[in-house]
Parts: sequence; C-alpha cells; structure tokens
Amino acid sequence: MTSITKNKNKPSFWQQVKKNKVSYSMVAPFFIIFFTFTVLPVLMSFGLSFTSFDMLQAPKFIGLDNYINLFLNDEVFLIALKNTFILAVITGPVSYIMAFVFAWLINELPRKIRWLMTLIFYAPSISGSAYLLWQLIFSSDMYGVLNATLMDLGIINAPILWLDTPQYALPILIIVQLWLSLGVSFLAFIAGLQTVDKTLYEAGAIDGIRNRWQELWYITLPQMKPQLMFGAVMQITSALGIAAVSINLLGFPSVEYSGHTIVTHLMDFGSTNSTRLEMGYASAIATVLFFIMLGSNLIVQKIIRRVGT
Amino acid sequence: MEDVQSREAIVADLKREELKWLKERNRRRRLRRKVRLSRSWKGDIFVIIVLIAFGFFSAYPLIFTIANSLKPLDEIFKFPPRLLPRRITFEHFVDLFNLIGNTQIPISRYLLNTVLITLFGTVGHVFLASLCAYPLAKHKFPGKHLINQMIVYSLMFSAAVTMIPTYMISSWLGLIDSQLAIIIPAFGYSLGIFLMRQFINTIPDELLEAAKVDGANEYQIFFKIVMPLVKPAWLTLIILLFQQLWGADGGNYIFTENLKPLSYALSQIVAGGIPRTGTAAAVTVIMLVVPITVFIINQSRVLDTMAHSGLK
Repeated sequence: MTSITKNKNKPSFWQQVKKNKVSYSMVAPFFIIFFTFTVLPVLMSFGLSFTSFDMLQAPKFIGLDNYINLFLNDEVFLIALKNTFILAVITGPVSYIMAFVFAWLINELPRKIRWLMTLIFYAPSISGSAYLLWQLIFSSDMYGVLNATLMDLGIINAPILWLDTPQYALPILIIVQLWLSLGVSFLAFIAGLQTVDKTLYEAGAIDGIRNRWQELWYITLPQMKPQLMFGAVMQITSALGIAAVSINLLGFPSVEYSGHTIVTHLMDFGSTNSTRLEMGYASAIATVLFFIMLGSNLIVQKIIRRVGT
Repeated sequence: MEDVQSREAIVADLKREELKWLKERNRRRRLRRKVRLSRSWKGDIFVIIVLIAFGFFSAYPLIFTIANSLKPLDEIFKFPPRLLPRRITFEHFVDLFNLIGNTQIPISRYLLNTVLITLFGTVGHVFLASLCAYPLAKHKFPGKHLINQMIVYSLMFSAAVTMIPTYMISSWLGLIDSQLAIIIPAFGYSLGIFLMRQFINTIPDELLEAAKVDGANEYQIFFKIVMPLVKPAWLTLIILLFQQLWGADGGNYIFTENLKPLSYALSQIVAGGIPRTGTAAAVTVIMLVVPITVFIINQSRVLDTMAHSGLK
C-alpha cells in the first residue's frame, strides 16, 4: 500500500513523460529543427576542431594541433582576434548605451513623433544592404561625400583613400556598425520603458526625486532589468560577429588585414566558397568564437544583475 | 440540463476573463501617454538637439540612397555632391528592369523564389514556434527547463559559429541546391521562439484553466485561445524573419540559376561597377522598401511583444 501511495505522490520519470505526451508532441517539431540546425552544429564544430578535415576525406583526429597552430603560428588570427576585441569593446557598449538612451529619450515624446523616431532609428538595421551606401560616403576619389565635403571646406587638398588605409579601417567599421546597431534590443528597450508602472514615477516625485536623471537611476533602470539583459545579449552577440560590413566595405581580405575579424578569418578557411577548405581548422576558430561569445555574455549578465542591488 | 448550464456559465466566465485581460492591456496602453514629471526646459532642449543630430546620422544614408536612385547619373557624380536630386528621373529603375530582362531568367522568376522562401519560411516558423512555445511557457514536463535553457543560450552566439556543420547537415539531409536549405533552418530560428514564449507567459493561467474545465484538449486550447491572443507576437516574428529571408541570397546553398532568390540577382547587377551606381541605388531601394513597409504597418504590435522580451 505504502509503495502505491508513494508512487502516486512521486511518479517516475517515464510516467511523467507519458503523462505529458501532448506537450512533447507540441514541442517536438520545432525542437527537432532547432536542435538539428543550432545545437547539433555547435557540438559538431567542437568535435571537428580536433581533426584535420577537408570535406572530401573523413576527418582525421589530430588532438590540439589546430588550437596550437591558431594561437602560436597564425599571425593573421591574432590580428583578427585583436580587431574583433577592439570592435566589440567599442561597438558593444556604445551601441547598447545608444539603444537605451535613444529609447529613453523618445519615450516621452508625443505618440506620433515617437513613432517616427522609432522608425528612423530602427530602419538601418532592417534595410538589408543599404549600408553599402557608406562606400559612396567613404569613396576614395573626390566624389566621395566625405572627401568632397572636406575638400570643399578646404580641410584637405587631395582625396584620402579611406577604405584602403589600414589606420581608418576600424574607425570606419565602428561607425557603420553603430549605424546598423539599433535593432531588436532598441525595440525591446522602447517597449520595456512603456510598460514601467507610471505610478512609480508619481510616488518617486513625492519621495523627492527631482529630475529625470534621478528618475532614470532609481526607478527606470531597476524596473527595466530583464530588457537590459536581453538587449545586452543581442548587442554583444552582434558586436563579436562583425563580418559582412568588413567584407563588403573593406574587401576580403582587407588591406593588411586591417578589418579582419574572427568571423572573416573563419570564412577564409571554412566557407565552401573558399579555396582552403580546412574545415577542422575553421571549426577550431568557430569554437574559440563560441566560447568568447558565450563567456562575454555570461560575464556581462552577471554585471547587469547587480544594477540597483 | 445542468451540465449545459454550467458549461454556458463557464464560457461566459471565460469571455469575462478575456475581456478583463484585454481591458487591462488597453488601460496600460492609454497610461503610457500621460504623466509628465519634473522636467527642466534646458533638459528638454538638450534632448531635442541630441535626437535631431543622431536622427540625422541615422536617416542620412537611407535618404541619400533613395535620392541617388532618383538622380540622373551626372548628378550622382557631381562635385561637391548634393543630397537631394535637382531633376528626378526613374531611369535607374527602368535600366534595372531592362538589365534583368536581358538575362536568361526573367526577373519574375527570382522574385517568385524570394516570395516563396519568405512566405513558407515565415509562416512555418510562426506556426511551429507558437506551437512549441505554448507548452514551454505554460506546461510542466521533464526536460522543459533544459529546452528553455538551450534556447536562451542559443541567443548568445551568432550563426557564423555553426556555419560549417550546418552546411554538412544540410547536405546530409539533401537540402543543398534547393530553397529548403534556407526555409527549413528558418523554422528553427531561436529569437522567434524566445519572444513568443515570453509573450505566452503573460496570458493569465485562469483563461487556460477555464477552457480545460470546459473539456477542451490542449490543441483546442492552443488554436482557440492561445493563438488569437498572441497575434501581436506573430507580427513580431513575421517582421524578424521577413527581413532575414527577404534579403537571403542563397549564397553557398543554391547553385541552380532559376532557383536563386532576388537578392542574388540584384547583387550581380550591382557588381557592374561605377556606371551602375544609380542602378545599385535602385536595387537597394527595392530591397529595403519591403521590410520597412512591413515594420511601419506593424510597429505598435511589435512593441507590444518586445515589452515581454526580458531575460531574468
């Protein structure tokens, strides 16, 4: 008798699974596809990173050789690592703060103007290849907008080769990336701000909050924590994944690898269009990138969790 | 008799619950407009200046692109360059259609491919993601926590990480050189399910419980109660996916010319160099106009969903 009641109170794992078969049937179709195209590739990438593999012959286990080569013998990878780090450290936080500050500033505007400003700030991130226009702005001849303006103003005499000069590569990438960066997290911030309980502000005003800065720090930010976390994930992931902008504006490879990032390095070895087809090596790059992305996300989340505590 | 009565009572109850929830949502929306506290005019002016400056930075390249697509070629290469066209011409758009008309495959074919990819990818994703998000938000079953964790962690790395194995998997599944290589992975887009789950979380449990008492099974609850209530979230998922699929060029996956999407055909035209600068601008305008229009139409619903996007 006791065993039966015990069973009733605590059904075994399989009983629970059986009882919830409807739930599983709903989860399964999406989950199988998600697993196949997102989770499994991460595991495979990890496995392949310990092999030498050219897609034609079966992978050959070579231990840590790929990683050793990557960090000790591949100078270009170290350049890519440095560039990615610089780009992420600047565009990540700046774009994050921009997204929040703009969302916060337009939050109080009249409805129609807020609608328009949301559109203006969000549009670049959904306008596909429109960032190629920056090529025209930074164009190396005197017809380039920047060169023309600077020459017109008499600041320079001859056009500057913006896109072909290594020292300008990262600043240009940063500007264009920031232009593109008000995406999903920006929308999340706008939406989050609109759901902050307005009575809190009224209560705050009574309690002696005097200006918008205090209001921001003591009421808005703590209320927004979940959106702030979500936004951080989005901005970090995209800041570490910069590639298309570099390839399309600066060329592939860029002059002296000045705009080379981990992802472009990965494409150099692992893209099926590339002539190298060193998939094991490329997988090692992908794995390093995976841990960098995951690691920085988790660290930043830990920091944001402390806001207001 | 009694049974019928109680059922009616329950249905009425359900309606009332739903109404209350919708009313609460509307009340919140209205509240957003009011309340103005402790603002100094200096601060206001500062805010306005900042917004105008950065709004200009944000809008300038897009306006410039649109203007270029309407400028005659000699105006594009004028020194110093002007933002707005002096004479408006549609010759670049006409050129574009002529150029594409000259290739072996008509532009309508590329357009059809893109529309097919976007349509099936988006519809399939919205449906499968909602179906999966409902139990993940509202049911209790072994493995739920693990799946939720996987989804959150998958937001933390970009697709570049999985590029090589994804190609191998697609090739094992026989998806290479088919539009399915773009459509099927799109079904499993993780940001979409994450947002959908967060949104379903906000549906009050009482609504679902009442339906259960009424004898509805889980699928009925999903189709009759959950799906209609998460309409704002559908639109968000549609926009996110739309913008990705609309711009997808099939890159490494599609080799047969008449299966390739519009974005690929257009990128080939742009590759024509300086004389094509105007045509390139026309191409960009065509590509950006569709996602932006979709966003314009749905902005307020998208923001409704994003309000629940937070990570805990």
